[in-house]
Amino acid sequence: MIYSLLVLSSPVSGHGSRTAAEFAHCAITRGHSIHRVFFLDAGTVASSSNSVLPQDELDPVLAWEALHEQHGVELILCISSALKYGMLDDTEAERYERPSASINPAFTVSGLGQLVDACAHSDRLITFGG
Amino acid sequence: MADTDKRTILIVLRRSPYGSSLAKAAVDVALATAAFDQAVDLLFTGEGVLQLMPDQDSHSLGKKNIGRQLASLPMYDINRVYVDAEAAARYQLDIASAPVEATLLAPREMHQLMVGYDHLLGL
Repeated sequence: MIYSLLVLSSPVSGHGSRTAAEFAHCAITRGHSIHRVFFLDAGTVASSSNSVLPQDELDPVLAWEALHEQHGVELILCISSALKYGMLDDTEAERYERPSASINPAFTVSGLGQLVDACAHSDRLITFGG
Repeated sequence: MADTDKRTILIVLRRSPYGSSLAKAAVDVALATAAFDQAVDLLFTGEGVLQLMPDQDSHSLGKKNIGRQLASLPMYDINRVYVDAEAAARYQLDIASAPVEATLLAPREMHQLMVGYDHLLGL
């Protein structure tokens, strides 16, 4: 089955974001495919490369990075949410004259059209958090 | 989009208009979905019915006016807007004065509505 995931909550609040990453890992292990993960609103914070976690807590970006690097899963941030939450890639940091990019390069900043496209091309769209 | 694959989508709006940034995000998703020529209908439930309150003034909050955005739904060809009748009664929402034409649904009718779509998006 082809799944797409919509992540709404920040990884530092509740467990929606972490559950989403674990779901994606499990689905792929069982032979399903993840068409895309779309991060909206506070969900975009999952991409942060600047978060500093306590030593006994897992940096949430690592699970997503692994999904992208090991399985090529597309990780898309809603651009208007990402900008609001300060999640900038090099292009946006330059465009808005911010000191540096703040997202992990496994993530791509794009528009809501990518969520619409995910709906059109997936058997199931599953929402996490929020 | 690459092809014309079309699925029916119901967006369920559950947030109060200015209490959560997800309320505005849900409206943005609805407009974007319609702009990409997908079949999208809306259902307001729980606190979400407050998004349909008339004469919203968000100026002092420094936020965009969600009521005004909802008034533009017909221009995006979003013509089927449904409202949780129980929540509307609880929040004393007069559906006739809402910024967009909407239909009240009893709980059983909401259930019947939801099973008819390819995708449900609850925000």
